Amino acid sequence: MKKVGLIVNPIAGMGGKLGYKGTDGIVDLCKESGAVPESPRRAIEALKKLSPLKDEHEIITCPSEMGESEARAAGLENIKVVGTIVPGNTTSEDTKRAAALISDHDIDILLFAGGDGTARDVYSAIDGKVVVLGIPSGVKIHSAVYAVNPKRAGEVAYGYLAGKIRKTKQAEVMDIDEEAFRNGRVTARLFGYMTVPDEPVFVQSAKAGGRGSEEVDVENIAFRVLDEMKQGWIYILGPGTTTKVIKDKIGEGGTLLGVDVVLDRKFIGYDVNEKHLLDILDTGKPAAIVVTIIGGQGLIFGRGNQQISADVIKRVGRENIIVIATKNKLAGLGNKPLLVDTGDEETDRMLEGYIRVTTGYHEQRLWKVSQ
Amino acid sequence: MGIVKVRKNFHQARWDEPIIFELSTPGLRGVVPPPPEKELQEAVGDAEKLIPSSIRRKTPPGLPELDQKSVLAHYLHLAQETLGANLCNDISEGTCTMKYNPRINEEIAYLPGIAALHPWQDEDTIQGILQIYYEFEQILKEVSGMDKFLLHPQGGAHAVFTAACIMRAYHIEHGNWGKKDEIISAAFTHPCDHASPATAGFKLIILPPGPDGYPPLEAFEEAISERTAGLFITNPEDTGIYNLNIDKIVKMVHDAGGLCFYDQANANVLLGIARAREAGFDMCHFNIHKTFGTPHGCSGPGLGALGVREHLIKYLPVPTVEYDGSKYYLDYNRPQSIGKVRQFVGPATVLIRAYAWVMAVGKEYLREVSEISTINHNYLQKKLLERIPELEVPYAEGRFRLEEARYSWRKLTEETGVGTDDVMRRIGDYGIQHYWSSHHPWVVPEPMTLEPCETYRKEDLDEYVEALAQIVEEAKKDPEFVKNAPYKCASHKRDDEASLDDPNKWALTWRAYLKKHKKA
Repeated sequence: MKKVGLIVNPIAGMGGKLGYKGTDGIVDLCKESGAVPESPRRAIEALKKLSPLKDEHEIITCPSEMGESEARAAGLENIKVVGTIVPGNTTSEDTKRAAALISDHDIDILLFAGGDGTARDVYSAIDGKVVVLGIPSGVKIHSAVYAVNPKRAGEVAYGYLAGKIRKTKQAEVMDIDEEAFRNGRVTARLFGYMTVPDEPVFVQSAKAGGRGSEEVDVENIAFRVLDEMKQGWIYILGPGTTTKVIKDKIGEGGTLLGVDVVLDRKFIGYDVNEKHLLDILDTGKPAAIVVTIIGGQGLIFGRGNQQISADVIKRVGRENIIVIATKNKLAGLGNKPLLVDTGDEETDRMLEGYIRVTTGYHEQRLWKVSQ
Repeated sequence: MGIVKVRKNFHQARWDEPIIFELSTPGLRGVVPPPPEKELQEAVGDAEKLIPSSIRRKTPPGLPELDQKSVLAHYLHLAQETLGANLCNDISEGTCTMKYNPRINEEIAYLPGIAALHPWQDEDTIQGILQIYYEFEQILKEVSGMDKFLLHPQGGAHAVFTAACIMRAYHIEHGNWGKKDEIISAAFTHPCDHASPATAGFKLIILPPGPDGYPPLEAFEEAISERTAGLFITNPEDTGIYNLNIDKIVKMVHDAGGLCFYDQANANVLLGIARAREAGFDMCHFNIHKTFGTPHGCSGPGLGALGVREHLIKYLPVPTVEYDGSKYYLDYNRPQSIGKVRQFVGPATVLIRAYAWVMAVGKEYLREVSEISTINHNYLQKKLLERIPELEVPYAEGRFRLEEARYSWRKLTEETGVGTDDVMRRIGDYGIQHYWSSHHPWVVPEPMTLEPCETYRKEDLDEYVEALAQIVEEAKKDPEFVKNAPYKCASHKRDDEASLDDPNKWALTWRAYLKKHKKA
């Protein structure tokens, strides 16, 4: 008997059709404008794909529109409802409470329908080992924990529950400040990682269909970066799982979400901010920046690593930027360029054009950078 | 006009034939060799003592024990399951150049005077086969414009690796090793052109395709520097798009002091039409087993012929086959040779078949081989795209593809969830070889690469289009059905993909299987 957790954020996606960049904090405005919830319909579309499981599963979900109604509408049986909500008036606190409550039930996978905000709420409430998968229905989807569309979410969840997909991987939980976004400014943060089924074709940001071992590629990239580190140079290592492998080879304490600084293979700064970085650069030592792609859109600067600001980049120089990414992650971009959004037009322009991306111990791939 | 027949009720023989180890009965014997004669025994003494004790086995090998009949029956059963598979519609294996391999060439290769030759024989007694090596080399020189050929490598990647070693020797001799260590290549170029130079000690800079399907000149300008040691490139790549800038790219690399290697695995399109020499290349290779009509891909071994220009001849592995005007001989006296890349002078059985093939085709018709291959593919492509709206052929819109193309099932996957792997397995149920999707990582989403060589008839091409069109209909009606294919092939879908990633589960040998699964 497989246990499937289900959370639907019933208001996710409402802001999108009205041209808003999210729904956080403007629910009433959305309702007054006649916006229709997006997520119930999308959740049902995904859940219908679980029907081949028949009665070999149990759905553990929240009452009413936060999961129960969608599960029933999708024709699923064996539904266990936990917790309480106030229908028509759910908040992000309900998502967090539900995630904590449902993940206590020894579930095989937790499905949630929503956007980046929902992913953050789930992330903040569960243990990192719980396998999750997002059904995309929010306005903003920067997080890589979402499938490319609801139908695929259902198929991946079914594949995982039926034992056809057995591997899992870590995927980014990201969110941007909606208030700032609505005002035309983008400030995104990398909040952490959750465990998702590893199905390259269907989960966001990994559309390459690669079969080589991603872990081996990351190891090889890390060894190359380490072997090419020069004595007396400062290395600014950005956030992400790929850079974390390098950090772990240097020593203990390297952060997953922060920017760490290394000199002669020793950490001289953990989770530093922009000011700290500029102070370190003031020592006059030559410096290099090591960054990887953050999230599914191909961004290398400006999302989740704003500490490495335009000033820092200008001081280090374009020629000393080391971009690292696995072949599959790069191939997942298709023909799209790597993106930069440092907030400084001049720096973004300076970063444009071809850049070498280290993809293996012996291998670099040229890729275009664009604003 | 022939009849277009889609084999809807095709069925391969299929059952669970046990592994030969499972059939073993202790004590059973197929052959009991007689003890050696007394005189021999006296002359040799105890044979076991001739082997040093340190390398003598402590226990006998755990071989299966069977009688003759059971061995024959077992292998006959295995053969029954795949009988004739090499003669089915093989358009599928794009970039593999699966043309018909004339049976008469098999007969020639099996002639006792050829099959019984041994490479340790004296040169005087193998003049005939050495003459064939020599003459075949002259043919390849003519086709490519190179100055000398090596027929040692056992396959394409082996020839590419030999080229990388020669490039390394060249830079060592010129005092540039360590200063020039970067090889430029392209994303659609065969991955052996990335892996082989890397194995030889170079670093790879791989360029992404532009709108034409090959890297734009500006990408080469960006990548080429004083560190550039050389270029490894395919043209056309598996996209079937000819790189019109190829001579310019070669010049740019030469100007930077690098050498240029042309991977001609896709040579079935350029025989008698375009030569590596005129494009300026220093080296090139042919997959003899593909272009020159010999069986390959489980049916036979390969031969990667490596051609070089005059300035690189001195680095070729030993021995080379030479002719002094009266006899053929092996030349080991080559002081600057990179050494050996294999024993002896190359796979003779492939060479015999290829020589017979090219002599039968004749000089004037080699060009026709390429022309028909290109016409065949263009017919197939036009018909496929007209008949199946879900199919795309990305890049270089409006330009002709040559002898093959890399198609994309992206639209079908988005619509139905059925991906290229599913369509590929399902086509086996129509009596057609499963197809070649693409090298990894996939640059084209949900890829399919098709290459109908010169030996297929219009009816074969039509059959292929029709089978794919029917599978698309099946995918729209019942995606799960296509996803679980094949149903009528000797092989079936492996639904435990993940176990291949688990070293505790897969086993390459019976012994490993017993260890991991039977805890023996």
